[in-house]
Amino acid sequence: MPSASLLAQSILSGILIGGLYTLLGLGLSLSWRFLQVINLAHFAFVFLAAYLSYQLIGVAGLNPGLALLILLPIFFLIGIALQYLLIRFSVNEFASLLVTFGILVLLETLIQWIWSADFRRLETSYGTASIKIGAIYVPIVECLMFFVAVIVAVVTWAWLKFTYVGKALRASAENPIIAGAYGVNHKRLAYLIAGISGATAAIAGVFIALISTLAPAQVVVWLGVVFAAVILGGLGNPLGLLVASLVIGVSEAITMAVTAPTWAPLVSFTLLIAILILRPHKV
Amino acid sequence: MKDKRGFLAAGLIVVALIAFPAFKPPAFLESFLYLVFFWIALTSSWQILSGYTGYFSFGHGAFFGIGMYTTANLATKGEMDFLLTLPIAGIIAAVVGVLIGAVVFRVKQLRGELFALLTLAVTFVLATIALNTSIDGGPGVFLSGIKIANIYGSPATSLYLFALLTAVASLALAWWVQHSRFGGGLFAIADDEDVAEVLGVPTYRFKLIALGLSSFIAGVGGGIQAVYVSYVTVPETFSITVPLFVVLMSLIGGSRHWLGAAIGAAFITTLNYVFVGGEWALAGRALIGLILIVAILYLPDGLMGLLESRRRKRQSRARAQDTEHVAAGIDRATEHRPAAPAPKPAGASQVLLRCEDVQLSFRGVRALAGISLEVRKGEILGIVGPNGSGKSTLINTISGFYRPDAGRILFRDRDLAKEEAHKIAALGVGRTYQIPRPFVRLSVLENVALPAMYGPFGLQRAAAEAQARTALEHVGLAGRADALPTELNLHQRKFLEIARALASGSELVLLDEVLAGLTPTEIASAVSMVRSIRDRGATIIFIEHNMRAVLALTERLIVLDHGEVIAEGEPRDVMRRPAVITAYLGKAHA
Repeated sequence: MPSASLLAQSILSGILIGGLYTLLGLGLSLSWRFLQVINLAHFAFVFLAAYLSYQLIGVAGLNPGLALLILLPIFFLIGIALQYLLIRFSVNEFASLLVTFGILVLLETLIQWIWSADFRRLETSYGTASIKIGAIYVPIVECLMFFVAVIVAVVTWAWLKFTYVGKALRASAENPIIAGAYGVNHKRLAYLIAGISGATAAIAGVFIALISTLAPAQVVVWLGVVFAAVILGGLGNPLGLLVASLVIGVSEAITMAVTAPTWAPLVSFTLLIAILILRPHKV
Repeated sequence: MKDKRGFLAAGLIVVALIAFPAFKPPAFLESFLYLVFFWIALTSSWQILSGYTGYFSFGHGAFFGIGMYTTANLATKGEMDFLLTLPIAGIIAAVVGVLIGAVVFRVKQLRGELFALLTLAVTFVLATIALNTSIDGGPGVFLSGIKIANIYGSPATSLYLFALLTAVASLALAWWVQHSRFGGGLFAIADDEDVAEVLGVPTYRFKLIALGLSSFIAGVGGGIQAVYVSYVTVPETFSITVPLFVVLMSLIGGSRHWLGAAIGAAFITTLNYVFVGGEWALAGRALIGLILIVAILYLPDGLMGLLESRRRKRQSRARAQDTEHVAAGIDRATEHRPAAPAPKPAGASQVLLRCEDVQLSFRGVRALAGISLEVRKGEILGIVGPNGSGKSTLINTISGFYRPDAGRILFRDRDLAKEEAHKIAALGVGRTYQIPRPFVRLSVLENVALPAMYGPFGLQRAAAEAQARTALEHVGLAGRADALPTELNLHQRKFLEIARALASGSELVLLDEVLAGLTPTEIASAVSMVRSIRDRGATIIFIEHNMRAVLALTERLIVLDHGEVIAEGEPRDVMRRPAVITAYLGKAHA
């Protein structure tokens, strides 16, 4: 059994990585629920954003906040472009999984072609900074990432729950034809959601560039765990996603501390299998 | 004749490929062909489950991986003979596959994309277990010291031959399944699983068998591949690459045709082989991504799908010119019997089906509030009632789609309330759907042949098709046998439903509003068709809103309201009873 401080440190890093899962999963969750698109390309968008951040912050020397401001509109448009393609060919839910996988492969090779297959690391003065509280180190950037994740999740949740647009979206996801008969413009809403999903990829990308080492092969590293969080949290439910991400992050971290890091994937995938078998109608 | 030539050509190709190494081809060519065979085996085995039933598995890597690690461990640590490890690899993969399927296929409402994710998740769980136990343990398994029989004097050639045989076996199996009664059931599952089950296809068992066959071949293929790569590691084995390539190859070739796997696998493997090394490998990978996108957007049914649909259209056009035949069919059906009151068949008092206090609720809504009724052999029993009175629910319950909360449904000494839907169909209870539910990717003929294969007749494929042709002729659709259901208009689709009931040979036929939406002339011919079904010895439960047809056809009438039987007896008499008038018109009439 690991010591108390090691365990506490693990739980903290589990919570913080849960923030990352939330940021990664939000776009996936929204487009799955509201657009019936299972967007695997989202993971490639995230890494494209991360590499662009690496370029902007590391090579051009920009402030991370400014980099994010530049990337947000770009990825908003990328999200819309993808949605345009999917609408143009009226791709169904299952085919969207395959088409976006093709896009993921394309973007992965594009990234490798531009930045090579080598690891890239963004060296900043603040990237690895942390403050010590008791026996525990608290990494600053990751804390910031966690708070951003919570804010984004809560704001999205409130937007869906309380605003007129959010209600129209939920009605549209239930039955687009009836919602349309009541004056809901499904297409415009679809583009809005696609754009927002794309923009969340930019946020996740900037943070991944700051806290992690980049390599093209890493594009699919978080795929399974994020899917587990998205399904566990309930599609199109940002708060559920946040909670699920934290549960998965913490249980992974504890598994790593108690057994070996290589056992960690078992947690999320077993959860994913359990939820798919026990509550498939809720997904 | 055409088949014979096909078999001969296939046989010659196989013999040529077996003899090929004797000519000492360059090593790269042999290893390239090995890869083609390997991917053909994997893809066509995947197709038997996923292509034919539409349950796209992303877990093929798991079964392949089980095979790889079984051979790797048995041949090194177990010092077992390589050839002996292969069947074991296949069996372990199949057992794991069937166990997974036994759990997964019990899940109701499991949509395709969730099945895909589930199988992918299983792959990663197996990978984690292999990595952390003595199956692998982390460093991977070397198979360098394995002894393999030297056929043609080289171990590499032996592997070539093993892969060739596996590919041939896999393709032969896929061919057989596609043309068998079993395969007919699988294709029906892909289009509408609920209807397939109600028409008599044991869907759960069939999916398990398909998964077992599929994972067995994947396991054997993995066993051979373990020796070919000679160094087995977890990240390489349980990667997303294997399922992705298999899906890609199958989609390009056409996942619903046995030959599709071979075409797709040969094409993608060649592409991969051409783009080897450095910059080119990157370009090759990008090209594969691009092909996947283009294939899904422009060629959703693959190459073989495209060819098949062209062939079918040609056939259909050739037959449709025979329009006189169609018209004659309808006339014959109409004239079959003049609209006189039907004679009472002998032995009408014998009870064929008895419902005893059948109850069913949906979340507190009582759809059937204790229904008791009898259906006598040889009669046409009418059931009417306002919308929402439980008529369709009753049919769904008798045919086994719903299981009642309480009560018994006795049919030939069996309690249908306890039987599965496909059993009920096989016992001799057939039904039609109010809104026709044909299998949209099967031809009209195949749609009608299915209940002949899985109903009480239980015919083999050829006999079932003959039976189906007779039924189609009877309803006047013989000229459209090769058409797809989507090419039919509403009344033709309704008649297709009737043809299915006819071809099944069911003793009890449940007709759910077959007349709704038809024109008066169409109704007349439908009515005489219903009568002719009965005259062939079947008993009919006739649910209908069209009162004139009900009075013309039925000898006995039951009225349902709020899930209860409120009246029963001679049709004209029943319709005059106050309770019935109240149910239809409300109390204010008095």
